[in-house]
Amino acid sequence: MKGDGRALCLGRDIDTDLVIAGRYLRTKDRSVWAAHVFEDLDSTLAGRLAGAVIVAGPNFGCGSSREQAAVALKEAGVVAVAAPTFARIFFRNAVNIGLLVLECEIPCHEGEAIRFDLDEGWIEAGGTRRPLRPLSPRMREVLRSGGLVPYLSGGHG
Amino acid sequence: MATLAEEILGAPAGEYVDRRVDRAYAHDGTGVLAREAWLSIRTGAFPDPERRYLIFDHIVPANTSLTADLQKELRTFARQRGMHLSDVGGGVCHQVMAEGYALPGEVIVGADSHSCTLGAFGAFATGVGATDMAGIWATGETWFRVPETTGVFLDGALTGAAAAKDVALAYVAALGMDGATYRALEFVGEGASGLSMVDRLTLSNMAVETGAKAGMFYADAVTREYLAGFGHAVEAQTPAAGYPDEITLDLGNIEPLLALPPRVDTVCPVTEREGLTVDQVFLGTCTCGRYEDLEAFARIVRGKKVAVRTVVVPASRAVLARAAATGVLSTLIEAGCAVGTPGCGPCLGAHMGVIGEGEVCLSTANRNFRNRMGVGGEIYLASPLTAAATALAGEIRSPEECL
Repeated sequence: MKGDGRALCLGRDIDTDLVIAGRYLRTKDRSVWAAHVFEDLDSTLAGRLAGAVIVAGPNFGCGSSREQAAVALKEAGVVAVAAPTFARIFFRNAVNIGLLVLECEIPCHEGEAIRFDLDEGWIEAGGTRRPLRPLSPRMREVLRSGGLVPYLSGGHG
Repeated sequence: MATLAEEILGAPAGEYVDRRVDRAYAHDGTGVLAREAWLSIRTGAFPDPERRYLIFDHIVPANTSLTADLQKELRTFARQRGMHLSDVGGGVCHQVMAEGYALPGEVIVGADSHSCTLGAFGAFATGVGATDMAGIWATGETWFRVPETTGVFLDGALTGAAAAKDVALAYVAALGMDGATYRALEFVGEGASGLSMVDRLTLSNMAVETGAKAGMFYADAVTREYLAGFGHAVEAQTPAAGYPDEITLDLGNIEPLLALPPRVDTVCPVTEREGLTVDQVFLGTCTCGRYEDLEAFARIVRGKKVAVRTVVVPASRAVLARAAATGVLSTLIEAGCAVGTPGCGPCLGAHMGVIGEGEVCLSTANRNFRNRMGVGGEIYLASPLTAAATALAGEIRSPEECL
């Protein structure tokens, strides 16, 4: 699983309420979550997420178990989220819905081109290549299937 | 000797295991997406339906036609699948599960981040998202990475106006918002043994605020007595010999504390913010909406009037019924509190009791994130005792002078 995009830099401890606020959760319409993603953090962000690799500080996705946070990012066109550490429920949710999450230490420069290869385990930005913390074999398989639903539908588990 | 998490999951820390899930629950929020995902899996399998719980608590009763339709869909689904359904008014999922549906040694998974609450019973209890829950519905099991454990040693006993909520804020501040990411917390020591089941639920509840996946107590005489009240006879568990990573808190040194917006780990003594005007006080949630919390609040406001709008939401129907039977409920109503339907109330900012722009709420809940309870508002977290003193004063006030 390879990918590339431009860096979008965020801070540390970005909680799931900031990713998608509770007031927007009661719907099955995913476009609503994509439209309001990060609204309380910076209302211009939603329109800049397509093709972006979010590079955040530690503890991305802390707080609620709301899966809409991961879905909103994927729906808005985010290529991957990179952070030194993730809150564990968000991390698992992201894998389950097929959003690429990259545990790594990489400096962020807004708009800079970023490439990564999950199988080879590296991320590259501004000529610097850093290792990705490896995912468990199960998580890799789930991601390769496109998420837990296709993974289980394909006869796994 | 193994930690409790290792014991229950049956493998040393760091290993990945597949485990049958003893009990799994979702609420009206996460249940909607879990149902969609389960339908998409298309196997049609739904093992152990009698140990799968759907508990309506996030927006109860429904506030819009859309919410009502989503709840109607879920209600039908629960009945079709033979799940245990706790409908509107039953209470917060973690509290409903704590009323006789969670036992020591079990693997319990809830589709809500505060499912770690049930670790208070000596269970391995953790939160997941909706798709994970759908996978558990379809297969009866899930995978875990066995966590490393941080021992939280509690010495001494609480004194004066200090409450379990203050201990929770103290350990969250000590560890930080990501100080236990991917780990389990085990609350041990004489101070832990001396805490009531209700106090343990409050401490376990906030484990996720440190990033932990579980917050556990060992089942002991207190656990046995509490669960005997629900007709369960359980064994005590033997604590681990030690932990490579630990912190110690002396309960005797704990004083009433406040978490300052917008971080749960930014904590100071209540006395440092006394005099700050609040617009609303909220007593309730899976952290501090139990009978003992309402009773503690009532003890302070009895015969007086609150000076600021005060919303009280009992954590469950059983809590409400007990408060009605003992006179605690009438004390709260006569003091001027607004009492809501058992459930999460305004905690997640989705319906009743949200605050306006620039308003301040002192809440007994577990999160004070930016905009959580209404856009542009600020949330301070404190104990039911501090909430009562603050409600009477209309400004942040330590409960010490009220006792």
